[in-house]
Amino acid sequence: MSAVVASAARPRPRPGKSIFRHHVVRAVISIAVFLVLWELGSRLKAPWVGDVPPPTVVMNTWLPLLTDQGYWYSWYQSSRRVLSGFLAAMLIGIPFGLAMATSRVFNDVTFPVFEILRPVPPLAWVPAAIIFWPTQELSIGFVIFLGAIFTIMLNVIGGARSIDVRFFQAARSMGSSNFDIFRRIILPGVLPSIVVGCEVGIGITWNVVVAAEMISGGGGAIQSSAGGGLGFFIWNSYIGFSYPHIVVGMISIGIAGYISSAIIRQLGLMVTPWMRLR
Amino acid sequence: MNAPSSMRSAPAGQHASKGAIRIQNVDKMYYAREGAVQAVSDCSLDIRAGEICMIVGPSGCGKTTLLNAIAGFHDITGGTISLDGELLCGPEKPKAEPGPDRVVVFQNGALFPWKTNLENVAFGPVMQGKMTWAQAREKARGMMADAGLVGVEHNYPGEVSSGMRRRVEIVRALMNDPKVLLLDEPFRALDSLTKSVMHEALLEIYYKNKVTIFFITHDLEEAIFLGHRVAIMTTRPCKPKKILEVDIPHPRNYSVLTSPRFRELMEETVNAVHEEAVKAFEAGEKEM
Repeated sequence: MSAVVASAARPRPRPGKSIFRHHVVRAVISIAVFLVLWELGSRLKAPWVGDVPPPTVVMNTWLPLLTDQGYWYSWYQSSRRVLSGFLAAMLIGIPFGLAMATSRVFNDVTFPVFEILRPVPPLAWVPAAIIFWPTQELSIGFVIFLGAIFTIMLNVIGGARSIDVRFFQAARSMGSSNFDIFRRIILPGVLPSIVVGCEVGIGITWNVVVAAEMISGGGGAIQSSAGGGLGFFIWNSYIGFSYPHIVVGMISIGIAGYISSAIIRQLGLMVTPWMRLR
Repeated sequence: MNAPSSMRSAPAGQHASKGAIRIQNVDKMYYAREGAVQAVSDCSLDIRAGEICMIVGPSGCGKTTLLNAIAGFHDITGGTISLDGELLCGPEKPKAEPGPDRVVVFQNGALFPWKTNLENVAFGPVMQGKMTWAQAREKARGMMADAGLVGVEHNYPGEVSSGMRRRVEIVRALMNDPKVLLLDEPFRALDSLTKSVMHEALLEIYYKNKVTIFFITHDLEEAIFLGHRVAIMTTRPCKPKKILEVDIPHPRNYSVLTSPRFRELMEETVNAVHEEAVKAFEAGEKEM
């Protein structure tokens, strides 16, 4: 898009270094306080957290894993599934959402089905996905896809419908054709909502991938070839009564989700440079 | 009268003889939840080519309805509107086709936030297929420089002051080489100091470009300072109650505001408008 090209050529004020440090300091304090409370709670056998392994034990379990190929392979497996399911959700969800927002007929025809399918939790799809799809990977990918697509579509539809009518009127009176309006008003107008939808959507894919792996990847003869993934890692640790490993898996997923959302946010700012002003 | 003579004194523009709007017996009914609402009734108004015609009236009186009809955003339910003798809308064709000969500058601004100021200004001619982006950017740069908009070309609208944005939007409208500029309270949201700067900037742009200006406002001082004529509208249904010729010669500057003649005209307008405002208030009109 032309707006993006122009902005890249232009120097942009960046936040000062001191503000950035401030930011990081706060984050570090917040995490440190959390860890200390957790350690204390665990050591003092406080109710509820008493049975959770303390962070020091978790770290002792985790550190050796950092050089373990299998652990990183789990990361790779889960990331790959998230990414493919998520991309499929974007590729199908964005055009579908745009069509629903711009065509009344299309909306009327698809909306009832959309609304009935939307509340069905992705996990409820797991058995059906296993039956429908020929391979386990496709089943997992499909469940992830379902986790992200509705959020993306809802944001696209909402975003397209909330574009200010004056933009359309202004474009119309300056001689824009329907295609111009789609390309130069609707698309850029909906882009910030697409970014938000993707940011939320990728978080949901992590929720879903883990559960999908636990259920479909967790048992059966296929597991060696399909690869475990982080969800399976947790499930397997549970089966093996290795509680520190469960926590390692949980934190790993938290970190993976955090990184994914941060990447989407950054990519989002790159395609919507005018939103940095907010 | 002074309006025609003042036009002679201004530099000759390309549209000095273009941009006459004839509004004849226009009616507009809305069908709202509470029933039919007559927003405009039997409204006739001749706007001369190249003049600044200020439209003043109480909130919700239907001024914007009239503007939307001229711009082609809404239909009318009776009467005709024509531009330079050509019918825009009438009984056969209730809704005018929006076009670059009548460009609107909106109340809260409608610059595309995702385009830089320069690209916003360059937008029209490219859409109309008259120029490539490169040509349009070149011309836009020149027009922005003429309007004192240097150094903000590559900023997004959200990065510049609201006064600056209004100026960019007016220049964007002028890039289309319109016959008529339709301004819907464009300076409403500005503070009074910025507003005064914008008034002089608008006049300067007007003296260079000589388009017809249809300008809706609530601000009587603004109306008299800018306009050749001020049309005071009745409360809903909207029609001209009184048309005031502002016999203060153009080009004007802010010293006009303290002149005795300005005060007299102000008084005359205030009286006419106040009566309508009270009626509108008592009727509990809402903004349309």
